[in-house]
Parts: sequence; C-alpha cells; structure tokens
Amino acid sequence: MDRALAVLALPFASFLLLALVPPLRRRGVLAGWVGILAMAVAFVQALLLWRSGVQGTEILPWLPGDGGPMATVGLLVDGLSAPMLVLVTLVSLLVQVYSLAYLDDEPPRSLGRYYVYQSLFAFSMLGLVLSPTYLQMFVFWELVGLCSYLLIGFWYTRPAAARAAVKAFWTTKLGDLGFVAGIVMLWANTGTFEFEALFRMAKDQTLPLEGFTTIMFLIYLGAVGKSAQFPLHVWLPDAMEGPTPVSALIHAATMVTAGVFLVARSEPLLVLVPTVLTVVARVGAFTAFLAATMACVESDIKRVLAYSTVSQLGYMMAAAGAGATDAGFFHLLTHGVFKALLFLGAGAVIHAVGTNDIFRMGGLWRAMPHTGLVFVIGTLALAGVWPLAGFFSKEAVLAGVVAGGRPGVFVLLAVTALLTAFYMFRVIFLTFFGHGHPHGEHHPHDPPWLMRAPLWLLAGLTIGIGLRFVIGGAGEHHPPAWLTALSLALAAAGIALAWGMYGARVVPVELVRRPLAIIDVFARRRYFLDAIYVGIYRGLMLGFSRVVGWIDRYIVDGILNVLSAWSLRAGDALRRIQSGQPQDYVYGVAFGVLLLLVWAQWWRSP
Amino acid sequence: MPALNAYLVVAALVFAIGLFGVLTRRNAVGILLGIELMLNAVNINLVAFARLHGDPVGLLFALFTIAITVAEVAVGLAVVIVIFRVRRTIDADRLDLLRG
Repeated sequence: MDRALAVLALPFASFLLLALVPPLRRRGVLAGWVGILAMAVAFVQALLLWRSGVQGTEILPWLPGDGGPMATVGLLVDGLSAPMLVLVTLVSLLVQVYSLAYLDDEPPRSLGRYYVYQSLFAFSMLGLVLSPTYLQMFVFWELVGLCSYLLIGFWYTRPAAARAAVKAFWTTKLGDLGFVAGIVMLWANTGTFEFEALFRMAKDQTLPLEGFTTIMFLIYLGAVGKSAQFPLHVWLPDAMEGPTPVSALIHAATMVTAGVFLVARSEPLLVLVPTVLTVVARVGAFTAFLAATMACVESDIKRVLAYSTVSQLGYMMAAAGAGATDAGFFHLLTHGVFKALLFLGAGAVIHAVGTNDIFRMGGLWRAMPHTGLVFVIGTLALAGVWPLAGFFSKEAVLAGVVAGGRPGVFVLLAVTALLTAFYMFRVIFLTFFGHGHPHGEHHPHDPPWLMRAPLWLLAGLTIGIGLRFVIGGAGEHHPPAWLTALSLALAAAGIALAWGMYGARVVPVELVRRPLAIIDVFARRRYFLDAIYVGIYRGLMLGFSRVVGWIDRYIVDGILNVLSAWSLRAGDALRRIQSGQPQDYVYGVAFGVLLLLVWAQWWRSP
Repeated sequence: MPALNAYLVVAALVFAIGLFGVLTRRNAVGILLGIELMLNAVNINLVAFARLHGDPVGLLFALFTIAITVAEVAVGLAVVIVIFRVRRTIDADRLDLLRG
C-alpha cells in the first residue's frame, strides 16, 4: 500500500512544488523535468505494485458523523485499479516527455504552467483510480474535469480554445449532476459510500433495491458525460483545440476512460439492475456507430481521432453493458496505449506540416518514415488486425457482446469495426501516401528523439501486448472461430475500401457517397446535435432568461420605482411648508409648546 | 405667597410681550429686543423662586444669564450688521434664503 501512496503522492508533490515555487515554474524546461522525474518514479512504483499483485484497501475516516464516520477516504488497490495505475502513469510519463519537444516554442512561463496542470492532472486521475469510495471518486472526478478544462484552454488567447474548454466543462458537468445526485441517493439508502461495503450488501442481497434503478442510472449519467457517450459526446471533438499531447493523455487514454472505469467499478451493483445495463449497452453501441460515421467524413486529423475515441469508448461501454466488463476494461487498457500512440503520431505530423487538414497533407511517408511506421502500427491496432493489441481486445468485446445475447448491439459494433478500419486507413492514405502537397516553408521531417522515443515505446507496447496474447493464448476469452474470421474480414474490407477510394483511387468517392447521401449530409453536420443544443440553449435558456429579465425589470424594479416616485412626489409637496422665514419657525415652535401645555392641562384635569 | 404670584404674572406678561415682538417684528433688531425681553422674563422667574426658597444659587444663575445675554446680543447685533452689509436690508421677510 505504501507503493500506492507513493504513486499518488509523487505527482502531487511535483504539482505543489511547481505551483508554489514560481522561480522553478518560470524556468519552463526545468519545471518539465521535475514533472517527468516525479512521473517516472511514480510509473516504476505503479509497475512494481502491479507486478507484486498486492491487493488491499486502506481506509481512513474523513467526515465525522453520529455513530462512525459519515464518509471515508483511502486507497483501493485491486485487479481493476493496479493495471489502470500503470496505464495512467505510463501515458502521463510519455506525454510529459513528448510535450517537452512538442511545446518547445512556448515561452518558459507557459511551459511551466503546462507542467503544473499536467502534474495536477496525473494526481487527480491516480486519485480517481485509487478511490475506495464513491465520494472520493467524485472529488477526483471533478478535479480531472478541472484539469481537462485548464489544458483544453491552455492556449486561452485563442477564442476557439477558450470556447471549447468551457463547452467541455459544462457538458461534462451536466453528466456530473446526475453522478452526484446518484451517489447522494445511494448514501441516503445505504448509509455508505464505500465500494466494499456496497458490494458486500449486493452479494448478501441486503441492498435496499427500492429506487435502485434510478440511482444507478444517475451514476451512469456521470459516465455518459465523462466518457463522451451519446448525447453528451459533443464536447470531445471540440476538446481537440488543446495541445495534441493533452488530447493524447486526457481525451484519449485516461480521463475519458474514467466513465468506463466507473461503470467497471460499479459492475457488482449494475448487474442488479438489468434495465440500466441494457441502456449502457445500447447507448454504447449507438455512440460507437454514430461517432464512426462522423469520423468517416471529418477532414481534421485530430478530430478523426477524437471521433474514433468516442467510438471506441462506445465499444467499451457496450461491452460493460453486455456483462463483459473485463473485456471492456481490457479494451480500455489496449486502446489507451495505441490511441495515445496515434495522437502523439498525429501531433508529430501536425508539428511537421503545420496544418490539421488531412486533404492538405500527403506523401509524408518519405519525409517522416518513423512517424509513418508507428502511425500505421497504431492504426492497424485500432482497426483490429492480428496480431496487435487491438485485435484481441476488440475480439474480446465482440465475443462478450455475443455471449451477453445482444444481437442488435453486436451488429452495430461489427459495422463500426468496418467503419473504423475504413476511416483510419483513409487518414493513412491521405496523410502518408499519394501526392505530396507543397508545404510552403515547412520541410516535414521526423520529430526529435524526445518525441520519437515515446512513439516507439508505445508502438513497441502495442505489438508486445499483442504478441503476449499470441504466445500465451487469449486468456479466459475464447471467441468462436467465426467471430475471428468475421472481424478480420471486416477490418480487411474497411482497409480495402479505404485503399480503393483514397489510396489507389480506383473507386470514385462519389460512387460511395451517393447511395449514402443522407448519412453523409447528417454526419458532416454532426447529426445537427450541436445545432440542436444551441437551439435548446437559445430557445429555452435565453427564453427563460428573457422572462426572468422581464420580471426583474418590470415587477421587481417596478415596485421600487413606484415607491421612489411616491417619495419624490411627497417630498415635493412637503417642500412648500418650508418658507425660509425664521419667524414662521419660531411661531411653529411657540404654537407647539402652547399646544403641549394645553394638552397637559387638559390631560390632568378630568 | 401672593407676592410670588405677582412676580410670576409679571414674568409671564414680559415673556408674552417678548414672544409677540419676536413673531411680529419685521426688523431684525426688533426681534433681538424681543428675545431680550423673553430672557429677562426668565430672570424674573429665577429671582422670584430664589427668594421663595432662600437659595442664592437662583440669584447666581440669573447673573449668569445676564452675562450670557450680553454676549448673545453682541453676537446677534454683529450678525445683523453683516447681514445688512451683504443684503442691504434687515427686513426679516426678505431674509428667506432657506425657503424650500
């Protein structure tokens, strides 16, 4: 448990150091190395913790209450959090190293600020993973949301970035509202936030099941916001306004998977409410499909990856909803590795070319062979090609969904697999192959080793995890042979279609687009969801504000205006009795005294 | 004590005459004279009661009031002179700068 504490404390120490010692922060690169050093030690600790297989809980009282603490804090290390710790520390470490080169144009002050946020994020994410209670999880949940906001808006002078940061913050907050309501209701019903106590109750069937469906649905809402599930997925593509390493870390590998982690963590409770599980599975599959279609028509390389992330998160959620939580979690881990790889690769490309538009790239293979190679490895993994990591986890997800008896979900996910292979290879062919475009003064070349090393490490891991499963068998999952064949065929079909349309250009794009015109139009406009939200905002919120404004202006202010007008008029009327003649005043005083005397006499006499 | 009543009646009359003067005089100096009469009515009262109770403090108080009155008249006349210099009049009806 000391190791777990060390993993949590190191990024926090680095955060405190950088935040409270301005001279260090303003040095920029030095601040970066402080963060990297802390992360490196934390990574080693996490790795040792995972390898040692230690499991356990450490709980301390937090909020005092009648008859024992009302809430507790602590650390929980188990089969779920230990691998997650390794993933988070690994990707954080690599991203921090990569950022040092990626953000080398930044002034030192900004770079220092960046590493403050990075350290805080790592601490918050690790705290979330290690939480043994819902309440602690919620606290860290909000902290990662804050870090996400800060890092999306890192280039806060760009209006688009500032807007995207606010949008991400508010959209996830909408889900968090459900989350917090859910855990409070859960606490009201059971009197505890602790996972272990809740799971024990679930096992002993002593859990009060009244209203439990609502509670779990509300908790799931938090996951919907954080993991960008339909209909709250709109913030993730916009979040790409942040620096690319941030997208790799927060909006691909770690924070957005917190929702899936939450669902996986709550699994023993979720199985009690099949209705919610059905919702989780269906929404997940629908999100996976919807995001994949949008990725197919997107031209911004980072947004393609963002939609792909949304789609893969849908995969994980679908698996969790179908009862194959471990498959979903497995996909989370492998996806974290190769999606971080893809984002960092895309970052290298953007860094070299200076644009995000894939139609303005092309022929980069020759100029940047290293980046191209690792990007292809990541893409193959994402498309689910044997023997890479993605193949096994995707296989496990599909097998889990089949075993869970959800044919509808399975069909959607299978179609998504085809689309995934298609849109990723569309990016590959448009970016790395085909005709080169003039890049002006830019002469694209491979990034420096500080960026190349993380790329190769992640690529090696992607292959290594895959090979580990080739040698060691697929673990407890034995997908049927037809499934393996089907998923390979789907991946191959997607790749072939992309090659035909964008590689060899033997299939005219119009030929495919015309029969799918409706989907094409909708996908290009993001299914009008943003427009609908803006409409709802304009119609409902602004309409309501207008009504409130009217009430304020004409009723609240009106009453005050009437009162003040009356005061003015009364004053104006009373003004006339002030003659300015001292004798009149003396006369008034004398008359008053006389009146008082008469009154006193009259009072005494009866 | 019929004598006391006589003093008091005189004092009341002097006070009423003074008040009448203050209220009806249009000349600022006349108003000051009215005030003098009212103060002296008070003095008569003080002396009468001092005599009644055989207490010299009342007499002292009357002397004190006379001294104050002198000062008051001096200041009052000075104010009147200044007003005359500024406004070229000491007619109370026309000194209405404080009219609302």
